[in-house]
Amino acid sequence: MNTVISPRQDPTKTPFLELRDLKIHFPTDDGLVKSVDGLSFSLERGKTLGIVGESGSGKSVSSLGILGIYHRRNATMSGEIWLDGQELVSASQDTVRGLRGKRMAMIFQDPLSAMHPYYTVGAQIIEAYRVHNKVSKKVARKHAIDLLARVGIPQPDKRVDDYPHQFSGGMRQRAMIAMALSCDPELLIADEPTTALDVTVQAQILDLMRDLQREFNSALIIITHDLGVTAELADDVLVMYGGKCIEYGTATEIFENPEHPYTWGLLGSMPRLDQAVTERLLPIKGTPPSLINVPPGCAFHPRCAYAEQTGGLDRTVVPELQLTGTSGHRVRCHLPAHTRQEIWRNEIKPNLEGVA
Amino acid sequence: MVTYIIRRTLGALLILFVVSLATFLIFFGLPRLAGATPETFAARYVGKTADAQTQQMYAEKLGFYDPLYEQYGRWIGAVFTGTEYDYGTGVEQCEAPCFGYSFRTNQPVWEDLLDRLPVTGSLALGASIIWLLTGVAVGVLSALRRGSFFDRAAMTGALAGVSLPPYFTGLMFLYFFSYKMGVTAPGASYTPFADDPAEWAYNLILPWITLALLNAAAYARFTRAGMLDTMGEDFVRTARAKGLTEGVVVTKHGLRAALTPIITIFGMDVGLLLGGAILTESTFSLKGLGYFAIDAIGKQDFPQIMGVTMFAAFFVVVANLIVDLLYAVVDPRVRLS
Amino acid sequence: MRNKGRVLAATTAVFALAVTAACGTGDDTPKPTEVKPEFNAALTAVFNPSDKKGGTLKMAISSDWDSVDPGDTYYGLSWNLLRLYGRSLVMFKPAAGSASSELVPDLAESLGVPSDGGKTWTYKLRAGVKFEDGTPITSKDVKYAVMRSMDKEVLVNGYTYFNDFLDLEATYKGPFKDKAADTKAIETPDDQTIVFHLKQAFGGFDYFAMLPATVPVPAKADTGVKYKEHVVASGPYMFDKYEAGKGFTLKRNPNWDPATDPNRKALPDAYDVKIGLNADDIDNQLISGDLHVDIAGTGVQPAALPKVLQDPALKAYADNPAVARLWYTSINPKVAPLDNIECRKAVMYAMDRTSYQAAFGGEFAGGQIATSIMPPQIPGYAPTNVFPAGADNKGDVEKAKAALTACGKPDGFEVTMGFRAERPKEKATAEAFQQALAKVGIKVTIKGFPVGDYFSLYAGKPSYRNSPTTGLGLMTNGWGADWNDGYGFLSQIVDSRVIRDSGGSSNLSVMIPEVDQLIDQALAETDVKKREALWAQIDKRVMEEAVILPGVWSKALTLRGKGVTNVFVNEAFGQYDYLSMGVAQ
Repeated sequence: MNTVISPRQDPTKTPFLELRDLKIHFPTDDGLVKSVDGLSFSLERGKTLGIVGESGSGKSVSSLGILGIYHRRNATMSGEIWLDGQELVSASQDTVRGLRGKRMAMIFQDPLSAMHPYYTVGAQIIEAYRVHNKVSKKVARKHAIDLLARVGIPQPDKRVDDYPHQFSGGMRQRAMIAMALSCDPELLIADEPTTALDVTVQAQILDLMRDLQREFNSALIIITHDLGVTAELADDVLVMYGGKCIEYGTATEIFENPEHPYTWGLLGSMPRLDQAVTERLLPIKGTPPSLINVPPGCAFHPRCAYAEQTGGLDRTVVPELQLTGTSGHRVRCHLPAHTRQEIWRNEIKPNLEGVA
Repeated sequence: MVTYIIRRTLGALLILFVVSLATFLIFFGLPRLAGATPETFAARYVGKTADAQTQQMYAEKLGFYDPLYEQYGRWIGAVFTGTEYDYGTGVEQCEAPCFGYSFRTNQPVWEDLLDRLPVTGSLALGASIIWLLTGVAVGVLSALRRGSFFDRAAMTGALAGVSLPPYFTGLMFLYFFSYKMGVTAPGASYTPFADDPAEWAYNLILPWITLALLNAAAYARFTRAGMLDTMGEDFVRTARAKGLTEGVVVTKHGLRAALTPIITIFGMDVGLLLGGAILTESTFSLKGLGYFAIDAIGKQDFPQIMGVTMFAAFFVVVANLIVDLLYAVVDPRVRLS
Repeated sequence: MRNKGRVLAATTAVFALAVTAACGTGDDTPKPTEVKPEFNAALTAVFNPSDKKGGTLKMAISSDWDSVDPGDTYYGLSWNLLRLYGRSLVMFKPAAGSASSELVPDLAESLGVPSDGGKTWTYKLRAGVKFEDGTPITSKDVKYAVMRSMDKEVLVNGYTYFNDFLDLEATYKGPFKDKAADTKAIETPDDQTIVFHLKQAFGGFDYFAMLPATVPVPAKADTGVKYKEHVVASGPYMFDKYEAGKGFTLKRNPNWDPATDPNRKALPDAYDVKIGLNADDIDNQLISGDLHVDIAGTGVQPAALPKVLQDPALKAYADNPAVARLWYTSINPKVAPLDNIECRKAVMYAMDRTSYQAAFGGEFAGGQIATSIMPPQIPGYAPTNVFPAGADNKGDVEKAKAALTACGKPDGFEVTMGFRAERPKEKATAEAFQQALAKVGIKVTIKGFPVGDYFSLYAGKPSYRNSPTTGLGLMTNGWGADWNDGYGFLSQIVDSRVIRDSGGSSNLSVMIPEVDQLIDQALAETDVKKREALWAQIDKRVMEEAVILPGVWSKALTLRGKGVTNVFVNEAFGQYDYLSMGVAQ
């Protein structure tokens, strides 16, 4: 298969992070759950990748897969994950554990449940720091207070001894970020970092993350179902559906010339400040597919308004992720490229802008 | 915090008062409604062919002819201020807290209870440690190896453990270990800890295991369920994402959270047990509070019933209070107010 | 939590060890000196006779008895046991077989000497008998013991025989109410002589002199209800440790002189009595040899019964003594149509006696099918069977039907049967009646009542049992004698004068003026043989009235512990003789 890399990647160089045909399957009593089914992308330090999709599309699982939280006993993993020249899928659990939290860290959504309710915020940051750094508790505590200050927590020397439930939602998210940053990770994965927050706090957190990324020069993956967040931060965008990547390109391309009907749906259902939620133009009909029984052919076909135009291919053949245009933009769709572009230009885009 | 404890203590006293009143009414009020007379009450405590005159005399002596509120008042008065007891050739002072004298054995109830508490306490202490440690260990391993042979074997064993009554397992243990093999002490063996700790443990090992088996099974299932829940929690995933070793993740993050409800139940169970482990005590013929209670109820010995009920209620109420305080210590989200 | 692995490992090791060993066979080292055990070997003869002294006899009981105070106890097992530390004026001869029904002098030199037509009884005490502290025992100590035992407000558990028969002054209050209390009803002309004056002639007064209330008590040591915490011994053993409700130990009394006591062997050096042992555990300990005697003497538990009966090695250690107890059913002549004797006869003939026996546990654990009221071990017993229930004891349907016709109810009738709800054996009995009587058209409705209220509020209360609406035609019942003679066995259940309107009496159905007269006659009779014949006559007369349907004469399957010598059943108690046992050395 051809390697699928970031459009901005120099193909002659080794990327900082690269996934090659990553598959993560979970055997269950009801059948095999193919959460991630052949995912490839690459990312450089200092750049941001937005992974977009509905819940159950495999975006969170792939990020946990990168961190190596799954292992042979509860999941089957194949493919390759390269982090700075080191392959992780075949590496020992201990090796990956040593990287986890140190070179790659994760910011989880809903920090109320993601932080341990019985330990203070400080203790949890200290723990994260000390597991990879042989320092005294006192030093680690000082570090934790610095981190809390850095993420904008007022009176950090006092709040360090508070429990998560004593923080507000936005503060908790900041603390969560501080925890992830405790070991200066080179790869930072943020899973729905702003979902639980109200709009003004969302903006603050996104600003903070942008600043921090610049400061630490880390590679950042933002996982979200909200294209708006991606638009704010991402350099590249990868759209996932049914465990597969269905569209991948630079942020500009994805927002200006999206070619997959599902991406159009996502753009159509983007919440916008100037528009009532009920008036979203193109809500995506139907529900996300079951990952046990993924529809044959194109996984999106039961929900696709243009499936008729593929001459029956939609139900039989799984479309390839193919380059379209010249800017490294890839799409997984049976519709001919010109048809897609025409529909976008003539039907979808005017509709989106017309209301705006 | 201090006001909380004061308020809870007052509440506990109220509960104890209600329990004493309810017990009194159940054993003295209800039979009256069913047609019992002061003489039929007295008949329980006099000889088998005592005539009506003797019954009346004894009913008079025990004050059964007085109105119920007076009888209750006399009882509760003695608890706070003590009373006197006429044993035939002299009078004995019963200091507060005086729970009266047994109608049958004429022994002071309070002293009897204090005498039996160490037995029940020893039984509860050893058994609870055994069942907590084994139950939690088995439960954790089962949860981590969910669906494995160990898990299935342990859970089947736990089901059996919960289903088998102590008088069955206890007698089987005694039969094999004490009588067939002679490696453990026969029934009715008890040595106070202060006399000889080794002998104390040797004599109690079978009762401990018997009682522990019952609860260990329940705790294993409980721990397993709790661990399965907490190991799927987001904060456990966070702990893993930090790069903590699996052992730290399981114990410090998973078990720590799963243990909180278990500690609560454990506190209640131990409190309940201090009121007497009836089946285990009778199986091994240990003269603890449980045996005392069953004997008192069987023989309708009112002062003993009141005494042991209040004793048991006291432990449950105290355990409740301790558990609530403990809960606030282990779970920072809980505030006492 | 660091220790959990270690504890788990240790526990596993204990179990593994246990399982391995349990799979092997236990090593039963045979006792070299013991004679070959056999079923019923101790029933009518002394098994493993011995005069060897020493050792500790280990005894246990599942439930506490009333008291160890001789003046405050009414349990047969207690009377059996207290002979170890107390000497009454007279005792049953500690001998095997029917010899034990004979009364022999104990503290007294001889049996009582009646005068004044049986209204005055005189006893002379043996010389040289002492309390455990060395004080000589005088007739005044016996008098004091009897006097104190009559105060039922303090010592509630005993009997009222002395209260009822002694010619007490109306003002007599007893030593607890008045320390200086005295009575002319008991006289002590000198330190060795005691004279009892009765209200009415009573020929069997020696049985009263056998009662533990005549065990001497030193007045200065009496502490009322607390005396049981330290009973002052007059027998060969004295209390060492006493823990209320838990047990006690007895050791040798240095001031007991065997020369004054022809009846006691006093073989063991000590007795260890444990109270409140799990009943099933007692059986297991008897079988394993950890225990010598189950003091209750009521036999093995249902769990061990089949094991003992089926394993010859175990059965060889068992005896099947009869207890002077009758399980029976009262037939109420105050409820229609049972007021007609023919209808009562129909019930007598129709009942399947083997099913009655089965309800009580069969031949060994239940007992022998009874054909009259008085059990065979009561002196004077004369076999009688007024209403034979067919050749196979399964009921005589023909005779029953004939009786029904004579009663004017050829198609049968309906009747309600009461029983004690908490007693499975009585429930089974009621069901057996239902089945057997249905064969002749008698429809029985069974109704359970709480044990505690059975005699006080229901079956024992005439207004309830005789009521046209709630009437009980049949009522399960049972009776055991205080001692083995006609008076002890019959008076409480066939004398109509014990029935009280307030309830509580054990006699539920016998109201025959002729029987009441015969009882009075027997009471006054001082000639033993004549008296015994009268009791047999009463037995037969009551049977003819068809108001009592006898079920079983009780038996128990008891185990004699391993390593016990000189063991035999004392028929007076229906238990092993606790006085005579020894321990193999």
